[in-house]
Amino acid sequence: MVGIVSYGSYIPKWRIKVEEIARVWGEDPEDIKNGLFIYSKSVPGPDEDTATISVEALRNALSRKRINDVGAIYVGSESHPYAVKPTATIVAEATGFSPNITAADFEFACKAGTAAIQTVMGMVKAGMIRHGIAIGADTSQGAPGDALEYSASAGGTAFIIGEKDTIAEIKATYSITTDTPDFWRREGQDYPRHGGRFTGEPAYFRHILETSKKIMELMKTKPEDYSYAVFHQPNGKFPSRAAKTLGFKESQIKQGLIVPYIGNTYSGSMITGLSAILDIAKPGDRILAVSFGSGAGSDAFHIEVTDGIENYPRENAPDVWKQINSGKFIDYAIYAKFKGKIKMGE
Amino acid sequence: MTIPRFWREFEHRYRLIGTKCPSCGRVYFPPRDVCPYCHRESVGKMQKYELKNTGKIYSFTVVYQDIPDFKELKPYIMAIVEMDDGPKITGQIVDASPEEIKIGMPVKAVFRRIREESPSGIIEYGYKFVPI
Repeated sequence: MVGIVSYGSYIPKWRIKVEEIARVWGEDPEDIKNGLFIYSKSVPGPDEDTATISVEALRNALSRKRINDVGAIYVGSESHPYAVKPTATIVAEATGFSPNITAADFEFACKAGTAAIQTVMGMVKAGMIRHGIAIGADTSQGAPGDALEYSASAGGTAFIIGEKDTIAEIKATYSITTDTPDFWRREGQDYPRHGGRFTGEPAYFRHILETSKKIMELMKTKPEDYSYAVFHQPNGKFPSRAAKTLGFKESQIKQGLIVPYIGNTYSGSMITGLSAILDIAKPGDRILAVSFGSGAGSDAFHIEVTDGIENYPRENAPDVWKQINSGKFIDYAIYAKFKGKIKMGE
Repeated sequence: MTIPRFWREFEHRYRLIGTKCPSCGRVYFPPRDVCPYCHRESVGKMQKYELKNTGKIYSFTVVYQDIPDFKELKPYIMAIVEMDDGPKITGQIVDASPEEIKIGMPVKAVFRRIREESPSGIIEYGYKFVPI
């Protein structure tokens, strides 16, 4: 059965608090915190981008289990450092998998990483490759003063997918895709635009709820059959509401709900929550993992943790909550400098 | 740095690949074609060697100089890191402020942007160090 052989995440060190962003734009921080259920977000250093985050996430996965027989690397992101020159080429070179490998970049707003997982699952199942690497990572953009500035953050997670010696089996995956204009960024534009309230019901909730219900129907499961559930996290409120609507309890989503402290890491969002769950999961645990990408689509995964996790050295790389809790806070001026928001002279 | 030179040095800039002398076992970084101790014994026999990514700070300095490519990172810390495999490497320490840095502090190599040619040019990546 195809599944996860190893995994690793990387979250940049820097953080900014909601109070600090609200102070600059004259907004009420309590209003934002209550509205979005976000307290702080991660900020990439000026020398970090999607390629460096992907490499560090994959190195963490490899330090838990060094796999050499890898046939594919796919990197999903909406903030690839080059418009033309794949991030996957840099990741393959920096981790020693180049040149005997196929590689490409994926793009589907916040679900490009799960699209990459599905692709390598198919290749492994078809016998084309023994192992495949799927990464979701982003250094996402929010226009200064826009609501997105409170959430758009940075981070990523890498999965090594294979059939042998898995720590968790992916028993099923189910997707839906529609043309929904809830969030977009035109070619050459620095910042994305969104449809405000339209990003809720017809976009996030419609897709997430439908894929979740369909995969549970497919697997003949109910919410109480899962130890954990993790949904895409554009803010803290949406996944909490989706979980409640579906019948999941807070105790099932708490471990994977990382957005209140690091913000929305876009392509890294749901999968970094999944990584936090794998950090503590036990054999037999069932996990429902559901991504959402604007535009729009959703990929759901029914995952079952195997006995393989018992001897798997999770301690060889820092776990997600340890990375979340070791952040360093910066003010808006340093944040603006790090994010390149200050107009420089020649 | 020209594109061809940068491309030729990927292995050691991206993955800390040095060389090891098969005669005396010394490890060199950046890679050397000849071992300065074993001379002719090592010619044509030097082996590629991937360094462990950990080491400790041997010495460091804090740079306040205005260098265009590093303006956002100022003041930045440059250190000589004694790698666990032996070689001493010059590199930048990031994700830390100067007052946190001490000689002897354990660090690990991370993959970061070093500089870019221009906004439309190639991005040069390589190793830097972070405290562990």
